[in-house]
Amino acid sequence: MTEGPEFLNALILLSNYVVLPAITYGSQLALGALGVTLVFGILRFSNFAHGDTMAFGAMVTILFTWWFQSLGISFGQLPTALLALPVGILFTIVILLLTDRLVYRYYRRIKSKPITFVMLSVGVMFVMTGLVRFIIGPKDQNFADGARFIFKARDFKKWAGLSEGLALRSSQLITIVVTMLLVAALFWFLQKTKAGKSMRAYSDNEELALLSGINPDTVVRVTWILTAVLATTAGLLYSLDKSFKPFVFFQLLLPIFASAIVGGLGKPIGAIAGGFIIAFSEVCLTYVYRKFLIYLLPESMEPETLVQLLSTEYKFAVSFIILVLVLLIAPTGLFKGKVV
Amino acid sequence: MKPKQRPFIVFAIMAAMLLIVGFVQSWSVALVILNLCLVSAIMALGVNIQWGYAGLFNVGIMGFTALGGVAVLLVSMAPVSAALEVGGGQMALAAVTLIVGCIAVVILYRAWGERLFRKTVTCLAVIAVFFLVHSFYGPASDAIEAVDPAKTGYLGGLGLPVILSWVAGGLLAAGAAWLIGKITLDLRTDYLAIATLGIAEIIISLLKNEDWLTRGVKNVTGLPRPVPFELDLQESPWFIDLVETFNRGALAGLGNTERADALRMLSMEGSGIFVKLCYAGLFMIVLTIIFTLCSLALHSPWGRMIRAIRDNETAAAAMGKNVTGRRLQIFVLGSAVVGIAGAMLTTLDGQFTPGTYNPLRYTFLIWVMVVVGGSGNNLGSILGGFLIWFVWIEAEPVGIWLMDVLTSGFDPASEFRARMLDNAQYMRLMVMGVVLLLVMRFSPGGILPEKTGHR
Repeated sequence: MTEGPEFLNALILLSNYVVLPAITYGSQLALGALGVTLVFGILRFSNFAHGDTMAFGAMVTILFTWWFQSLGISFGQLPTALLALPVGILFTIVILLLTDRLVYRYYRRIKSKPITFVMLSVGVMFVMTGLVRFIIGPKDQNFADGARFIFKARDFKKWAGLSEGLALRSSQLITIVVTMLLVAALFWFLQKTKAGKSMRAYSDNEELALLSGINPDTVVRVTWILTAVLATTAGLLYSLDKSFKPFVFFQLLLPIFASAIVGGLGKPIGAIAGGFIIAFSEVCLTYVYRKFLIYLLPESMEPETLVQLLSTEYKFAVSFIILVLVLLIAPTGLFKGKVV
Repeated sequence: MKPKQRPFIVFAIMAAMLLIVGFVQSWSVALVILNLCLVSAIMALGVNIQWGYAGLFNVGIMGFTALGGVAVLLVSMAPVSAALEVGGGQMALAAVTLIVGCIAVVILYRAWGERLFRKTVTCLAVIAVFFLVHSFYGPASDAIEAVDPAKTGYLGGLGLPVILSWVAGGLLAAGAAWLIGKITLDLRTDYLAIATLGIAEIIISLLKNEDWLTRGVKNVTGLPRPVPFELDLQESPWFIDLVETFNRGALAGLGNTERADALRMLSMEGSGIFVKLCYAGLFMIVLTIIFTLCSLALHSPWGRMIRAIRDNETAAAAMGKNVTGRRLQIFVLGSAVVGIAGAMLTTLDGQFTPGTYNPLRYTFLIWVMVVVGGSGNNLGSILGGFLIWFVWIEAEPVGIWLMDVLTSGFDPASEFRARMLDNAQYMRLMVMGVVLLLVMRFSPGGILPEKTGHR
């Protein structure tokens, strides 16, 4: 019945439904968590508005994508949204710098407690949610164009002679490539440039950094700009891969926070590791293993149930449980982030 | 204006606004708003206990509200005996296994001591318990959900009076709060916020998907009520007499048939208002009790200790106060009050609809209430609950009207205008966010600031 070796089929099945989606989702989470972790490292609060910043960036990008599409501008095989991304980033930078100037700066000057900032970010989130829903509405938005697949499952089957196919969607490849480029650029920036070095210094020891003549306002401004770039890209990649729904971004907050905390708040490398840990656990625990086991096990042992550890509705529970475990066992996270 | 007079004046203004709604729109609308104002005030009191007294930031109010809501269903609905027969025993077994398993894991963890592989062994034990529970739970839930799914398909409740569920709601929320608090309260303050955000999402997805317990998104309607039904009222003679006495002037001078018709109309209208007044009375009683307890607590030595911990944790700890213990207490108490309010809300709705809980309405709006009203001040929270709920409700028609006026220059059929009118309802989210930020910046104490020291 089945073509090709069963083991290979099982492997391809797993790659198609677990590994590829998890890598894609993990990249999106990693970009989101990087933004949260940067804000935490420099401004020292958990930014609840981050999910809606992602939504805002994605929204602006989508609006410009529509405009470009109506002008007949296209990006060949790639989605037009990538062309509009810089514009989206620009708008997000403006709005983040504006919120910092109007909201956060005053409290930084009077040295408020971190929890005050968390509350402020909730207020900002409220405003941004309202703004996004007001401008684009609460519904699903369609803006994707360009080629949908790099290669399709059917072509792969023919090529490999297996009964299981592997499909690579262009949104998945774009997510992975863009994430790699962006992360590389970010690390280069943090390690090699003067602004990046002063950011790290400020994050490690604020007073010492101030003593050595680092201008805190510049550091904060650069942080918001980086956050805008990361958030907009993460939001757009997520919308390209799944779809753009404003309320989803609020729900993404939990896995994003979990990623940042698992890796260690304030540690960029930790945010990336955390993103992939959360994504892989989420996908692995909610995947239905029945077909996979049918390939691997002898016929007499084939499972009758779905062999699903957790129903997909509970995928948020996964990030929560990992979060709780990390808080219980190692509150500073894998990479020894900012302490409790 | 002397500070002492301030509460009276603002509450008088609030009452006047409700009266205006009564005269201009209708008394029924005004009472609907009043009832939800009362529930909101209780929720705000609960959050004020956490934030105002102790500085704990709870972003999961929605979850505790929903737990209160599910308590109504579990306490007051009649049990479904068919479902209990097919799956009740096994489900009970699953629950017992879960509890025993959890205790066993904790004992194992402690008994293992400092020997090697402590965490690995604990993890394995947890996984074993999970699969054991799952093996009982899976078939049981399938069996229960298969019992007449269009009508029941769940276990039902205990069939007790619905008022009891308000207490149960508080207890349920308190239990959840204890768990969360135990894990996160001795960590950085942000972590409590993130953890409560998570638990709220999980509670909602549990309530939406555990059909055997709550019917999930199929909703449970027709919950028992603590007040009489409108239809019964319209048929009972004492109520018709009451309506007659109230409307003697309007009814006088009408012919017999006209009079009977008019009376029927009036008693239909009156029954709705009467029911809402009953709810308002009940809610008022609960609010008074909780408010009195809160005030007593806040002005007791215990309350002073809590505020001392909030204002200077290190100093309080140095004075020998158990900071984490007190915080846990406060967190549980506040969540319990929110749970009670959640149960009241579901009772008022008469149905349990897990799909309608959304964080903007059930978490962040409550926050705006507490901050605007005056965090740390119980009267302030009540005022915030009233004021913000009133604005939230009345902002929608006002927003739509405003959009209508602003876009009146455009072609009525244009897509832009239609979209603006469609999305106008989201303006109030923005308005609430801006209000929150403005109050925090320019009047951090809120309308009725916390009273500190002796004046």
